[in-house]
Amino acid sequence: MAKYKLKINGKVKEVEADPTTPMLWVLRDTLNMPGTKYGCGIAMCGACTIHLNGMAVRSCQMLVSSIGNQEVTTIEGLSENATHPVQKAWLEHDVAQCGYCQSGQIMSAAALLKNNPNPSDEDIEASMSGNICRCGTYLRIKEAIKTAAKK
Amino acid sequence: MKNTNNFNRRSFLKSSALAGGGLLLSFNWFTEAKAAEVMILPADWSELTGYIKITPDNVIKILCPNPEFGQNVMTSLPMIIAEELDVDWSEVKVEMGPHDNVKLGPQFTGGSNSVRMYWKPLREAGAAARQMLCQAAAKTWNVPVNEITTKAGVLYHLNGKSAKYGEMASLAASLKVPQGMVLKTPKDFSIVNKSKKNIEGQKVVTGKPLFGIDYHVDGMLIAMIQHPPAFGMKLKSFDASQALKMPGIKDVFSIKLYDEDFVQGGFDTRTFNEMIAVVGNSTWEVMNARKKLKAQWEASGDSKNIVNGRGGKTEVVVPGRLETSSNQMQMMAEYAKMPAKELRKDGDPEAAFKNAATIIERTYNAPFLAHNCMEPMNFFAHVQEDKALVAGPIQAPGWMEPTLASILKLPPEKIEIQMTRMGGGFGRRAYAQYAYEVARISQKMKAPVKLIYSREDDMTYGIYRPMYTATYRAALDANKKLIGFHVIGGGIPESPIHANRFPAGAVDNYLAESWEIPTNITIGAFRAPRSNFNAAAEQSFLDEVAEAMGKDPIELRLEMLKRAKENPVGKNNEYDAERYAAVLELVKEKSGWGKSENGKYNRGVAAYFCHNSYAAHVVDMVTRDGEPYVEQVTSAIDCGIVINPDAAINMVQGAVVDGIGQSFYGGMTFKDGKADHNNFNTYRMIRHNEAPKSIDVHFVQNEIDPTGLGEPPFPPVFGAVANALYKNTGKRHYNQPFMKGDGGEV
Ligand code: FES
Ligand code: FES
Repeated sequence: MAKYKLKINGKVKEVEADPTTPMLWVLRDTLNMPGTKYGCGIAMCGACTIHLNGMAVRSCQMLVSSIGNQEVTTIEGLSENATHPVQKAWLEHDVAQCGYCQSGQIMSAAALLKNNPNPSDEDIEASMSGNICRCGTYLRIKEAIKTAAKK
Repeated sequence: MKNTNNFNRRSFLKSSALAGGGLLLSFNWFTEAKAAEVMILPADWSELTGYIKITPDNVIKILCPNPEFGQNVMTSLPMIIAEELDVDWSEVKVEMGPHDNVKLGPQFTGGSNSVRMYWKPLREAGAAARQMLCQAAAKTWNVPVNEITTKAGVLYHLNGKSAKYGEMASLAASLKVPQGMVLKTPKDFSIVNKSKKNIEGQKVVTGKPLFGIDYHVDGMLIAMIQHPPAFGMKLKSFDASQALKMPGIKDVFSIKLYDEDFVQGGFDTRTFNEMIAVVGNSTWEVMNARKKLKAQWEASGDSKNIVNGRGGKTEVVVPGRLETSSNQMQMMAEYAKMPAKELRKDGDPEAAFKNAATIIERTYNAPFLAHNCMEPMNFFAHVQEDKALVAGPIQAPGWMEPTLASILKLPPEKIEIQMTRMGGGFGRRAYAQYAYEVARISQKMKAPVKLIYSREDDMTYGIYRPMYTATYRAALDANKKLIGFHVIGGGIPESPIHANRFPAGAVDNYLAESWEIPTNITIGAFRAPRSNFNAAAEQSFLDEVAEAMGKDPIELRLEMLKRAKENPVGKNNEYDAERYAAVLELVKEKSGWGKSENGKYNRGVAAYFCHNSYAAHVVDMVTRDGEPYVEQVTSAIDCGIVINPDAAINMVQGAVVDGIGQSFYGGMTFKDGKADHNNFNTYRMIRHNEAPKSIDVHFVQNEIDPTGLGEPPFPPVFGAVANALYKNTGKRHYNQPFMKGDGGEV
C-alpha cells in the first residue's frame, strides 16, 4: 500500500492503494465514484474511459502509481449538472438505452471534440470504435457528437 | 416481497390514505392482464396491483413496476398512467417500485411484455384516480361531479373554481374507487404517442450510481467467485492459504448453491453447484487474490436434477461429458437424420414431396451466443438471521424470490428485493444464480457483500443462447408452384421450431418436426428466444425459394400471406396475415424496393412475427475495404400504438445494430467444456464503425393495443443480412456467424 495525492475533477484527493491498482478501481471502490464503469478490464470496451490531462484514456489500464500530477477528469467532473455540450447533446438525442456504456462514450466524445472540434463521420468512427455499446446506440452517438460540435 | 395465490377475480380498485394525507391507489391486475401465450409464467400466477401517489403538496409520484434494462419502461409505463390521470408530464416524479407482486403486478422484464401487459391496468388506474379527484372536488365545492373538468393536474369547476390535485388528494383517497372507467380514445392522447425523454437520462449522462454494480453501503465487502474451468467439471479440492495471505482479503471458502433435494424452478440454472468464494475489501484486491488460489477440478459425471416445470416435477439427467463444438455440430447432423417429434402437419406433405418437380433443401446452423451485457453480472446481499436485503440487476424478481427463500430458509416476506437499473439484460438477467451466490456468501460472512463477475466470469459462466440447426425443404410442382413445406429443427439443448408461425397456414402441405440434445452447457432466453434463429433460417430459405420460383422475394411472401388470410391452411396459426403483409408493404414502399436509384446496394429483405408484433427490414449492403458492410437499413414495425415514438425508434435501431453484429460476428464455442472466448479481445462485438450510417424506422399507424418491441425487430435482421450478403457476395451463407475467421464459427 502506498499513499497518493490525486488531482481528480479539480480537487486533490488522498488515497491509499496498492501501486498496481488501476485507476478504475481507485475511483469506483476507494473513492466511491462509480460513474466510471467496468466492462472488460483489458482496454477492449471503453466503458472505463476518463481524461488524463484532457486526453481520453482507459482507466482499467492506468495504474494509480502512474498518475502523478496529471489532472484526472471523470464523468462526475465533466460539468456541473450536465451542462457540457456533449452531455447536452446526449440528452437532446436521447442516446441512452441501458446507459451503462454512456459514461465512457461521453468521455471519449468530449476528448475527441476537444482535439478536433469539427470531426467528420470517419473521424468519429475512428475515435469512437474503442467504445462498445451493447445496446447499439451508435447512430445516436454519432448524431449527438455532431450536434455537440456545433455548440 | 409479497406474493399471494388467492387472486381475486372480481375487478376491484382500492384506495387508502397515505400517512400524512394523499392518495394511494391500487387495483387488481389479474382480471386485466391476460397471460401471454408465448410467455412462460410460474404456475402460481398472483394477484397483481399497481399504484399512484399524490401528496398534499402536489407531488405526483408514479411507481414503475418493471425493472429497467434499456427498453425504457421507466418512462413508457408511467406515461400510460399519466395520460389517463391527466397530469403535466414534466411534473411527474417517477420512481422504481419496490418488489411487490401484489401491488405492482408480475414485475417481469422480458418477453417484450411490459407495455403489453400493463397497458390496460395502468390506464384504468390513472382514470380511476382522476375520477376520485373529481369527486373530491365536487364534494368540497358542493357541486355536481359532472361539472368538474381536469387539465394537466388541475381540477376546474365551470363557475371558475380550481384546485390542484394535491389539495383534493386526501379526500379522494377516502372515496370508493369507481369501476368501469371510460378510457380516452387514442385521438385524445396528449402524452402517449408523444416522444418523451428518458426519465433517467440526466442521471446517465452525469454518471450517477444507477446500476447494481454501483450499489454501495458502508462496510460492504466485495466478493468474486471462482467457478470450474469447464462445463462438466466440478470442484475437487482447493488450497486457499496463499490467497488468504493477500492484502485486503477477509476469507476464502467454498459455497454450495443448492441443497441436494432442491427442486429447480423454470429459471433456476444449475451450471455449477459448488464454487470458491473470495471475499475482501476491494475489487482489485479480490481479483489479485483469486490468482493465488490453487484448485483441483474433476469431471462431474452425469447429474440428476429435479425440475418443476410447466408439466409438473420431472427428473432431468444432465450429461457430464466435456463438450467440444466440432463434435456438437456432428452430433446435430446425426440427430437431424433420425426420426423426430412431429409438431404440426397439414395436408399430405409426403405426397407433395413425392410429386414435386423440384425440391429445394437447405440446412442452417447457428452457434451458442453469450449475452455480454455491458454491465457484468453482480448483486448485493445482506443476509441476517431473520431477514435479508438483496439488490441489483434482475429481470425476474418474482422468480428469484422463492428460490432465495428456499436457499436462505427465510419466509419470502422477510426478503426485500431492490431492483436497480440494469446495464443490459437481453434475457440473461432472468436467471439469478449470481444473486443466490452472493446470498450464500453474505450469509457466511454475516456482512453486506457485493458480488462482481469479471468479464471473463461473465462470458465463460453464461446462460447462452442455444446452438441450433434446421433443415428446410420446399416442394415445387412443374409450374413452380409451392406445394409442400417441411422444416425439421433441433438444437443443444432445445429445438428452435415455432410450428404454428408463418409459413404454416400459407402452404397446403406442411410438416414441422423437432428434436433436442441434452447438454451441461447452461442456456437460456436470449433476445427473442428461438425466433432469433428461425427468422434467420426461414427467411433466408424463402429468399432461395423465391429465386427458384422466379419471383421477387417480397411478392412471394405477400402472395403466401394473401393465401393465409383468405383461406388459411390448418388451425392455430399464430400470426395475423394482414398485419404481417402490411409491414412488408410498408418496408417495400419506404425502402424504394425495386427502384433503380437503389441499384448501388445489394439488398436483402426479411420479415418476422414474434412476441405479438410484426417487423420487416430491408438491409442495404455494399463492399467497403473488401468487406461486406451494411450501410443503411429500412425498418417497418407494427406493435400497435407506440407509447414513446422516439424511444421506440431508438429501440428498433439498437435491435438492428445488434442483429447485424450477432449475425456477422457472434458465437461462443467450447473445447472440452471450456468456453473458447472470455473477453472482447476474441469475442467480437459490433463497433461504431461497423454500424449502418442510417436506420430508417417506420411504424404502422393504428389504434391496436400496444404489443412488444424489445424483441420483435431483432430476429428478421439476421434473415435480411443473410439475403443481402448473397446479393453482395454471390454466395449463400448457411452458417452463423457469417464472417468467418472472426471467432464464433465452428
Ligand atoms: S473496462 Fe477499460 S476498456 Fe473495458
Ligand atoms: S446504452 Fe446499453 S451498452 Fe450502450
